[in-house]
Amino acid sequence: MDKTVNQKAWFMLIPVLVLVGFSAVIPLMTVVNYSVQDTFGQNVFFWAGTAWFEQILHSPRFWSALGRNLIFSGLILAIEVPLGIFVALNMPKRGIGVPFCLVFMALPLLVPWNVVGTIWQIFGRSDIGLLGWAVDAIGIDYNYVSDPVDAWITLIVMDVWHWTSLVVLLCYAALVSIPDAFYQAARIDGASRWSVFRYIQLPKIQHVLLIAVLLRFMDSFMIYTEPFVVTGGGPGNSTTVLSIDLVKMALGQFDLGPAAAMSLIYFLIILALSWVFYTVMTNHEARQ
Amino acid sequence: MVNSEERLARNRSESVMRDAPAGGHAASGASSDAMARRMRKRGESARWSWLVPTIYIVFLMLPIYWLVNMSFKTNHEIVTSLTLFPRQPTLQNYVTIFTDRSWYSGYVNSIIYVVENMVISVACALPAAYAFSRYRFLGDKHVFFWLLTNRMAPPAVFALPFFQLYSAFGMIDTHIAVALAHCLFNVPLAVWILEGFMSGIPKEIDETAYIDGYSFPRFFIRIFIPLIASGIGVAAFFCFMFSWVELLLARTLTTVNAKPIAAVMTRTVSAAGIDWGLLAAAGVLTLIPGAIVIYFVRNYIARGFALGRV
Repeated sequence: MDKTVNQKAWFMLIPVLVLVGFSAVIPLMTVVNYSVQDTFGQNVFFWAGTAWFEQILHSPRFWSALGRNLIFSGLILAIEVPLGIFVALNMPKRGIGVPFCLVFMALPLLVPWNVVGTIWQIFGRSDIGLLGWAVDAIGIDYNYVSDPVDAWITLIVMDVWHWTSLVVLLCYAALVSIPDAFYQAARIDGASRWSVFRYIQLPKIQHVLLIAVLLRFMDSFMIYTEPFVVTGGGPGNSTTVLSIDLVKMALGQFDLGPAAAMSLIYFLIILALSWVFYTVMTNHEARQ
Repeated sequence: MVNSEERLARNRSESVMRDAPAGGHAASGASSDAMARRMRKRGESARWSWLVPTIYIVFLMLPIYWLVNMSFKTNHEIVTSLTLFPRQPTLQNYVTIFTDRSWYSGYVNSIIYVVENMVISVACALPAAYAFSRYRFLGDKHVFFWLLTNRMAPPAVFALPFFQLYSAFGMIDTHIAVALAHCLFNVPLAVWILEGFMSGIPKEIDETAYIDGYSFPRFFIRIFIPLIASGIGVAAFFCFMFSWVELLLARTLTTVNAKPIAAVMTRTVSAAGIDWGLLAAAGVLTLIPGAIVIYFVRNYIARGFALGRV
């Protein structure tokens, strides 16, 4: 759509800018402030330069947490996106099944995150949970509290349970908007199921898929509550992702300087990666 | 002669006409047969396609069922035996929650700050989204991306500064503090969703309204808002969703009076171990507001999740 140039439109942004200024800019400046200062208490601060940043960038603790985060996000995207597309393709297009599917699939998205953790904490325990009990009954030794691999599997399955529906709903919305004429033309041409997907459905859902990937990447990279409730970052440090480490450092040990420096690095990583997704997305939108 | 010729001609044309539909029938019959066969084959694969969503929904519902199941059990039953349904169903866990003020006030607190956040976010986002969808101005794209970056900001980064900021303003443990803190990620999202929906409304509607003598505020409230009502509903739904599920900031900013239910739930851990039944019952009750909200927006849910961009 061609838009008129109107600099007065800035006035309409004032409420948002004030609000976001209060709830984002001031806190962020506080973080920047802490990241370059040191204190011995009593609110006396002195300049520390980039010491904290160097400390963080040289600490293996930070790099391993970052690595875990990237692996987690990668696995999540690799499982949830194809699974989400697959479920969306097989969903009914009309009839009473539609609202039924939508309501049930959206339900996990509205479960408070710590309750998601609680649900899986209970479900995975071998003494009182159905999943843990069933897996144990098959003869697999499964214990997410003491075994790092089991803890990771639990977290991944939990996230798939929690968020795949987002991908499903996004793809479904795009799929139902494809006119029937496309499918009729494909049928006349004798197109196979695969080529219908490849040449009709995939291009049509590409755009929302990008939104899905962007949202899933951001949220899985920021994940805190669910692993905190289920594993608390353990066993050992095996599920300590960046945000858990950060909260431990900032609110647990009150290491303000290193925590602030780490916050900024963490934020910048998310920003950089999201910017790539966002640029791809808007370029895609512009091309259409 | 004329008659016979006429008859002949008529005969011929009749036979042609008789043949044509017959041949046509045969041909179309064959092709429709093939079509039907192909459709049947397709139908067979379609007949099994309901299995996929069904299995998926079963996978989604099993953990929830287990939670509901546990919430009706006594603690004794939970720890001593694994049963697929409660042997001695009890409502004791729910009674505890509904009679203890420190329990049910958690729900009230959560709902208060979620609603406050929803109203603030949508009200502020409306004019901004209109500006982004209708006008070009200096730095518009940069501001839009900058707003989105706040959606990308990890709450863990903001927990400590928020605590200090709201302490300085004396706002710790108030509902509005949590509502404002959640604006961090809800306002950008609301702007994004509303911008998508508004861009779907042709610009001619605005222009026609101005020609008809509408002032901007009157046009916005009387004409434009009803047009994007579904978009506002979807934006409100998302604000509700993300504010309702967030715990880290809500827990950091509250101590007693505005403590959300999600934080109250940690009380079930005591020296005597975890009160599983009570924990499960509290969890089940947190699912209900979400389920009610989904039911209301079920017709917009698909388009809503695509953020108005389908």
